[in-house]
Amino acid sequence: MTRYSGIGLLKHALHHQENWQRMWRNPKPRDHYDFIVVGGGGHGLATAYYLAKVHQKANIAVVEKGWLGGGNTGRNTTIVRSNYLWDEAAHLYEHAMKLWEGLSQDLNYNVMFSQRGVMNLGHNLQDMRDIQRRVNANRLNGIDSEVLDAQQCKEIVPIMDCSSSTRYPVLGASWQPRAGVARHDAVAWGYARAADALGVDIIQQTEVVDIVVEDGVAVGIQTKQHGLIKAGRIGCVTAGHSGVLAGMAGFELPVESHPLQAFVSEPIKPILDTVVMSNAVHGYMSQSDKGDLVIGAGIDGYVGYGQRGSYPVIEHTVHAIMELFPVVSRVHMNRQWGGIVDTTPDACPIISATPVENLFFNCGWGTGGFKATPGSGHVFADMLANGKPNKLCKAFNMFRFHDGALIDEHGAAGVAH
Amino acid sequence: MFLLYCPHCEEHREEEEFHASGQAHLARPTDPDNCTDVEWGEFLYFRKNPKGLHRELWHHSAGCRKYFNVLRNTASYEIIGSYKVGDWLDAPGEKKS
Ligand SMILES: Cc1cc2nc3c(=O)[nH]c(=O)nc-3n(C[C@H](O)[C@H](O)[C@H](O)COP(=O)(O)OP(=O)(O)OC[C@H]3O[C@@H](n4cnc5c(N)ncnc54)[C@H](O)[C@@H]3O)c2cc1C
Ligand SMILES: [Zn+2]
Repeated sequence: MTRYSGIGLLKHALHHQENWQRMWRNPKPRDHYDFIVVGGGGHGLATAYYLAKVHQKANIAVVEKGWLGGGNTGRNTTIVRSNYLWDEAAHLYEHAMKLWEGLSQDLNYNVMFSQRGVMNLGHNLQDMRDIQRRVNANRLNGIDSEVLDAQQCKEIVPIMDCSSSTRYPVLGASWQPRAGVARHDAVAWGYARAADALGVDIIQQTEVVDIVVEDGVAVGIQTKQHGLIKAGRIGCVTAGHSGVLAGMAGFELPVESHPLQAFVSEPIKPILDTVVMSNAVHGYMSQSDKGDLVIGAGIDGYVGYGQRGSYPVIEHTVHAIMELFPVVSRVHMNRQWGGIVDTTPDACPIISATPVENLFFNCGWGTGGFKATPGSGHVFADMLANGKPNKLCKAFNMFRFHDGALIDEHGAAGVAH
Repeated sequence: MFLLYCPHCEEHREEEEFHASGQAHLARPTDPDNCTDVEWGEFLYFRKNPKGLHRELWHHSAGCRKYFNVLRNTASYEIIGSYKVGDWLDAPGEKKS
């Protein structure tokens, strides 16, 4: 891998940008890998990267049915924060946050991580009490977190209507200064390039159609394009399709797949230099470096695998956004799309061994897993390498839905994204 | 936008009048005092999540406020039909479980 650098940029400019090297190979799959990661989203690619880098493993493949990052990784609204209520979640997301802070250097790839702060609004007394509780919990966990009143919100986001005349007035917010956004595609590409450089085979356009289980042990995957590929250990990181993959191995996961959508406006001049989220009115907004307003919504209430969202949700979200930011009422929307998110009953992920030996799942990140990408890959690589969970991800096993040890982040952390 | 048929109102109405309430035909354990953790966990938290035909409970929340079931394809979004709670609607190629 040729390292990217300022000098390299200049050199390539002199050659009309024509000699850039490919970012990763396009290898033919081998018959057998020690580790197969199914799913070439950010989490899967990060898993493969840390397996090779931290655990010095070789003979690793990532198998992706489409193109890299074509799932939720390339469809999300890129909010990164770690201000979760419960210790287990806070530690996991903060682990990711710390990795984000050095990620561009580590990968030698600019993931455009921008710590512009995230504001979670409160609109009634109970919201504010929950916010205070969560901010206190965050601080006890060493996570930067503050309570703002309406006046302070207005100072940070002048375009927001913080008056008392709105239907759901802004009473205040929680504020995490270290939170922010990153470039989603770059995260997938950066991990792919770095993993490839360490010898990981990235196999795109290859759909897993069956997981081969012999006597309760997973021994390989059956693919549509390349037939059987044998494996030592298999890690499934397939987000909205995790239930389908679990079905192939003969068990059920406590996840439901729902469409979640987002939309962006035409590019306009800078008006918002942070991220504003509101769970109560259900809308959130940031502005990309290109200038488009990135607007997100809630999930559709039904199970769905169509990568599009329903119209009523668009309408509700636009209502919420216009009430909060009256100034954007005449901005045109450019594009709208959906992803399929795998939600769990407690809004926390599943990073777990399964009833099938040598088969592990990392899923259930639902509407908010982009922020966790580096941390998720980091702990899942550890799990695949050692065959057991480390202390950061132990609580997130799928069997918590049997013994009742849930980590209830629903509502608690104002979990939206 | 789904156009759902409410078997109580006997009319097609737009999705916005309804609230999706999850998997249909969930039977509460008949002997709850003697359920294992696994049985309770399965009842509370494990839901079918098929890519294909799915039976769901819908609530006509902004209409008659009654519940009914819908047989729907979660991949193609085709709606096969609606039926009242306690009834059954056969799907092409599916056997009652
Ligand atoms: C509209 C939207 C907004 C969001 N906003 C945020 C946000 O602001 N902040 C945040 O933190 N999170 C957000 N999320 C959630 C976040 O996108 C996901 O949690 C995260 O990207 C999941 O990453 P992943 O790598 O696990 O999944 P994906 O990127 O979905 O990767 C899974 C991959 O598995 C592949 N796959 C599936 N089945 C098979 C098969 N049979 N064989 C081979 N490959 C297969 C898919 O093609 C896909 O590429 C949002 C999601 C959506 C949809
Ligand atoms: Zn009705």
